[in-house]
Amino acid sequence: MKIKDIQEEIVDEFSMFDDWMERYEYIIELGKKLPMIKEEFKTENNLIKGCQSKVWLQGEQIDDKIVFTADSDAILTKGIIAILIRTFSNQKASDILEADMGFIDEIGLKEHLSPTRANGLVSMIKNIKMYALAFNTQN
Amino acid sequence: MLDINKIRADFPILSQKVNGKPLVYFDNGATSQKPQVVIDAISKYYQEINANIHRGVHTLSQLATDAYEISRGKLQNHINAKFAHEVLFTSGTTHGINLVANGFASILKPGDEVLVSALEHHSNIVPWQILCEKTGATLRVIPMNEDGELIMSEYDKLLSDKTKIVTVNHISNALGTVNPIKYMIDKAHEVGAAILIDGAQAVPHLKPDVQELDCDFYAFSGHKMCGPTGTGILYGKEAWLNKLPPYQGGGEMIKEVTFEKTTYAELPHKFEAGTPNIAGGIVLGTAVDYMNEVGFENIQQQEKELLEHATSRLLEIEGLKIFGTAKEKTSVVSFNIEGIHPYDIGTIIDKLGIAVRTGHHCTQPIMTFFCIPGTIRASFAFYNTKEEIDVMVEAIKKAQLMLS
Repeated sequence: MKIKDIQEEIVDEFSMFDDWMERYEYIIELGKKLPMIKEEFKTENNLIKGCQSKVWLQGEQIDDKIVFTADSDAILTKGIIAILIRTFSNQKASDILEADMGFIDEIGLKEHLSPTRANGLVSMIKNIKMYALAFNTQN
Repeated sequence: MLDINKIRADFPILSQKVNGKPLVYFDNGATSQKPQVVIDAISKYYQEINANIHRGVHTLSQLATDAYEISRGKLQNHINAKFAHEVLFTSGTTHGINLVANGFASILKPGDEVLVSALEHHSNIVPWQILCEKTGATLRVIPMNEDGELIMSEYDKLLSDKTKIVTVNHISNALGTVNPIKYMIDKAHEVGAAILIDGAQAVPHLKPDVQELDCDFYAFSGHKMCGPTGTGILYGKEAWLNKLPPYQGGGEMIKEVTFEKTTYAELPHKFEAGTPNIAGGIVLGTAVDYMNEVGFENIQQQEKELLEHATSRLLEIEGLKIFGTAKEKTSVVSFNIEGIHPYDIGTIIDKLGIAVRTGHHCTQPIMTFFCIPGTIRASFAFYNTKEEIDVMVEAIKKAQLMLS
């Protein structure tokens, strides 16, 4: 699936929720289901230190796509990571670079991606794009 | 006794709704809310007497200068400083600490020692690290115990004739511990060291008496004691302030300038270069008047009750652990719930209208000591109520249900 289609699918899913509590409960569920990053990748190198929560991110090139795995010590951060991974993992570098982040606002999670939130998510997106840029230049 | 409804009516922000819920503001350790008199005084300054101070012969400049100096006098009385010129206006505690640390660069030599405590805010660690890097002096740390109390027997051992300055907070921002500063001041003086007290977290709760304490420096912020942001005071003993070199060069701080040599102005102007936060400085005096009108005995009584209520109610929650259990502590409760990240709790209870601080509170060494990523910190002011604490406890229980 293309990034844009996945994002539309996520927006659809979130439109079913009436209030923030249902949205957050769903994010918590997603966080719990998030495939953990392999222990060997939970290195200082892959660590994004937010002021509030920590995020680990690992990217691997498989064929012409990049596969991301990630983890966090906070469950809400983890849930949003799950959404980001679903959007960006297993995609072509060039598509990742072009992707728009507007859907986060549409699902009412914009505040979590504010730089002042210091939860590591803004840096995570930056790092996802950096991976894509690096793989794009290699090929 | 406080008439709590009357007090709350003084603070317009407290009747606000946040995320559709009545605001419960428990982030007073970060900054306090402002009473209407303070808010009004800011407008009044700009509407009626705005002019630059100590410069013009015109009437407005004179009025503004008088108001600024009257405020300095209020602050002098408030902390019982011997002279008004020992009371320097700053932009806040951080500014005050940096001013002193920078001044000590001309005093310290390699081999000298600076003592900081394990309970310090980063702003009372980093300026001293920079100082030590510049001078070759060594930074040494007064350790704490599991309750978050500084260990005085270790402090005694660390003090020596190498110690040139000790720096410690009056009250810890992360844990609420009240440190035995009178003892620490006397001990520092026995070895000939100067001592700076970071009073940022103390001034919202008590009235420091700098002469009785006999500290060399006492720094605090205005915004944590109902005053405007960007205001603060550095108290310094006259002899020390005369000894330290100026921190910033500029207007106001000079006596005479030629390209060959500049002579500096007398205290306090030597340390007050440039146009200051005039409105802020004046209104800090209004805030101090307000706090004194409420009365520090009343403030302490109310906050003591809030702390006791919060501690017992929070401990009802399964898996909740309080960090900072010092015998002497102020109205701060720092805690975590087993298996749940503080960020998650903070985010969910924010949705329920409750403002607490989560994270490391700019005290990473304390978090490292307890091996935790951070805590949830509820810090209470005299305008908070037990009912608000009950609302928070219910919100935390709800968050715990969602998150586990």
